Formats: sequence, structure tokens, C-alpha cells
Amino acid sequence: MNDTHPPAWRQDFPIDWPQDHYVARRDFTKFLVLTSLPFALVQLGIGLVNWFRRDRGRWPVRAIAPLADIPVGSVLSFAYPDDNDPCLLLRLDDKTLQAFSQKCTHLGCAVTPNEDKKCLYCPCHKGFFALDSGRPLAGPPRRPLPRIRLENRDGIVYAVAMEVNPS
Amino acid sequence: MNHSLTREQMTTILQGILCLVLFVVLLQVWLLTATTNAWLGGDDSVLWPAAAASAACALVNCALLRCLNRLTV
Repeated sequence: MNDTHPPAWRQDFPIDWPQDHYVARRDFTKFLVLTSLPFALVQLGIGLVNWFRRDRGRWPVRAIAPLADIPVGSVLSFAYPDDNDPCLLLRLDDKTLQAFSQKCTHLGCAVTPNEDKKCLYCPCHKGFFALDSGRPLAGPPRRPLPRIRLENRDGIVYAVAMEVNPS
Repeated sequence: MNHSLTREQMTTILQGILCLVLFVVLLQVWLLTATTNAWLGGDDSVLWPAAAASAACALVNCALLRCLNRLTV
């Protein structure tokens, strides 16, 4: 068997390798174009989902507790906007109330107040958030805690909205 | 014009188109990743520009596919 005399099977079943490569690459290119269309559709779908969510309606208004029942420096847990969404209400001083979602923005563990360091602490992966703003201070979280907008109506503290990306 | 192209020339053109399509698809993957990350972080200002960019990428790929289909073996 040498180069000048190809085997008999090759003479019987000749394969045009350059043509084979051309067809394979052409089909691969077509496949890539086919995958390009779903990417664009998914992008449009994300935009539509966001648009429908924003248009879905207002946040519910839920009473949390009378202001007189919340001592300065205390922490009160409540649920907002649904019963399955735990939140924390913090009374930092006489006039300052802050409320944040209790779900860590890293992997969803429950954050708890850390009195010593004056911050919110996620025990799962040692994430820390600022008490006054909810912004991440240390650890894996990169996004701030969702902030609950509060209103004082006739001495009762109400949760009226959630700011997913508070500035 | 296509009949005057040799097979080597067509293969070269095909490889060029393949590289462009691959680059555009990778750009779309990056767009989708960045958009999803921003959206989950609460930033929805980039959604529609990113969707428009991704749709433009898909159109570019369709145009390249049309060029590819004009090549005859």
C-alpha cells in the first residue's frame, strides 16, 4: 500500500474530502444562524416579561405595626408583599425607620441584624449589608437588599412599595 | 459569478462567513448574559437596547446565511 496506488476500497468508494469539509462547515454555519434567532427571541421575551410585570399593578399596602410599639434600636420582622416574603423593619433612631427584604441577594438566605457591627449579616456565606441603605459591605453579595418603602399613617407604619434596586 | 469560483475560493468565503457568524453568536451570548445579570439586579434600562442589538445581530446572521446560500458547490 503506497500513495501512488490507493487501496481498492477507495477506488470503489471515493470520498471527496474537500467537498465533505465544505458541506460540514456550511451546515455548521446554518446551525449557528439557527441558534442566533432564539437568542434574539429570548432577549425580546425578557423585555416583554419586564414590561408586563411593570404594568401588572401597584404594590399592596400592608400595615406593619403602630409606631409606638417599635422601640428605638429594635428590629421587627414582617412579610411583604406576600406572606412568603420575609422582611425586617429597623428603627434606627426616633425619626428613622428602614425596612429591607430579608432575603440575601447572594443566594437567598435570611439576613439578620448584627448589633455589634451595625449591619445586616447573612450567616450562610458571611455577607454584610449596611443598616441604613441595604448596600453590600462585604462578602459575596454584590447587589443591595430590596428596600421597603414605608409610610406613617395616623401612627401606624405601612409598607407601600418595594424598591428592588434602591439607589 | 458563482460558477467562476473555484472550490478553494468558495471554501475560503465559507470560512470567512463562518467566522463572522460565530463572532456574532458569541456577541449575542454575551448580550444575553449581561442583560440577564442587569435585569436580575433590578436594572431594566438596558433590556430594550439589548433586545434591539440582539435582533440586529440575528438579522446580520440571516444576511450572511443568504450570502452563503448563493454559493453553489
